Amino acid sequence: MASRPIVLPGELLASNPKVAGSGTYIENGKVYAKFLGLLDRTDTSVRVIPLKGKYIPSVGDVVIGVVREVTANGWVVDINSPYQGFLPVSENPEMRPNKKPNDVLDIDDVIIGKVMNIDPKMKVTLTMKDRMCRAVRFGRIIGINPARVPRVIGKKGSMIKMFKTELGVQIVVGKNGLIWVSGDRRKVNIVEESIYIIESEAHTDGLTDRITEFVKRKKGELNEQ
Amino acid sequence: MSSEEIKLIVDGKRLDGRRFEDLRPIKMKVGVLKRADGSCYLEMGKNKVVAAVFGPREVHPRHLADPTKAVVRYRYNMAPFSVEERKRPGPDRRSVEISKVSREAIEATVMKELFPRSGIDIFVEVLQADAGSRTACLNASSVALVDAGVPMKGMISSVAVAKVDDVLVVDPMKEEDNYGQADIPFAFFIRNDRIESIALLQMDGRVSRDEFVKALEMAKRGAMKIYEMQKEAIKTRYIIESGEEVNEVE
Repeated sequence: MASRPIVLPGELLASNPKVAGSGTYIENGKVYAKFLGLLDRTDTSVRVIPLKGKYIPSVGDVVIGVVREVTANGWVVDINSPYQGFLPVSENPEMRPNKKPNDVLDIDDVIIGKVMNIDPKMKVTLTMKDRMCRAVRFGRIIGINPARVPRVIGKKGSMIKMFKTELGVQIVVGKNGLIWVSGDRRKVNIVEESIYIIESEAHTDGLTDRITEFVKRKKGELNEQ
Repeated sequence: MSSEEIKLIVDGKRLDGRRFEDLRPIKMKVGVLKRADGSCYLEMGKNKVVAAVFGPREVHPRHLADPTKAVVRYRYNMAPFSVEERKRPGPDRRSVEISKVSREAIEATVMKELFPRSGIDIFVEVLQADAGSRTACLNASSVALVDAGVPMKGMISSVAVAKVDDVLVVDPMKEEDNYGQADIPFAFFIRNDRIESIALLQMDGRVSRDEFVKALEMAKRGAMKIYEMQKEAIKTRYIIESGEEVNEVE
């Protein structure tokens, strides 16, 4: 994509601090790129779309995590990030007064949660009080580069919608690069393959159309068998 | 060390035929290690080094974590087979010192305050050493950091200047380092094609004030050449990636 050149950290993007968007930093009134990425320049803003990088939690993100430790008042959850998440007992609706945390979620259990709060010391608190949230006991988890997550979701969720309608699978994309897929095993295989294609071909035009085509072809092959 | 025994400058040229301001040939390859978040293999003359970057990630042991910013850890290590006489493996006085000064140079660019309580680990292995390995390691780790997508203010480019047979030469090789009168490694913090500050400066041997000023200018020009190569190496890697994608579209 010629319209979005690659920029390296420290490249001067603009001399008007008002246009600074994500992936940039300001010093002495000048806007520089913060990390390696693709430059997205519009009339009112410049931002750098990352090509790589770790997932940094932000409030409201849906994440998929693995329980690493059970404590008296909650669970320590690995959310594929430099920071661990903590899910307090009070934020898990499955919790009953007569149950111990151990009985509800054990080590290595997978959950879909939401980032509720992040304190200035980057202590991340999760919640499961949301329609999307649940403990995951079946299905498949697919891990990708967190920087590519927006492409898997597609414009306004178009990619996910396509998977759901074409294949009838359940799918939840965690902002942290973990994706939960559940449904017919062969159909899940197609989704997994497609997600890996999306990951390696992110930032190309017409990706959704190509993936739709791919999924339809694979589905056709499945029906012939 | 007597420079009288070996002539290091013959007919205005160096032993390997370079002019005073020439760098050794440099080769860089980005993203060579699959398990690392960012990596770079670099050859600078006969130096061969690999840099790997991990992070930001959780710090272990936990008590090292800083609640206000990320901790940067830099490990410079020479392989036992990197020099003619087998080097005893493991950190020694020299490599601990190089790790410390290099880490401080890198810390000048990495935006640590964005990642409190986390750590960024940089490992650089010297596979083959031939003078100026610390500069080669810094160049490689700077590229590896960019490859890892770590937020940085700019990049680090590093080169040494030596004084041999009473003249200043850029990027000395082993003979010039061993029999020279002085060796001054520099590292610069470069932002938007401009040298912003000196991130590392060491000196072994002595030079006059005027010579030092001249050495600094020579190092700056050398570092800019390396900086261009670093940019090129990273862009090549990512443009090839998108190039393949374009082919699949057709």
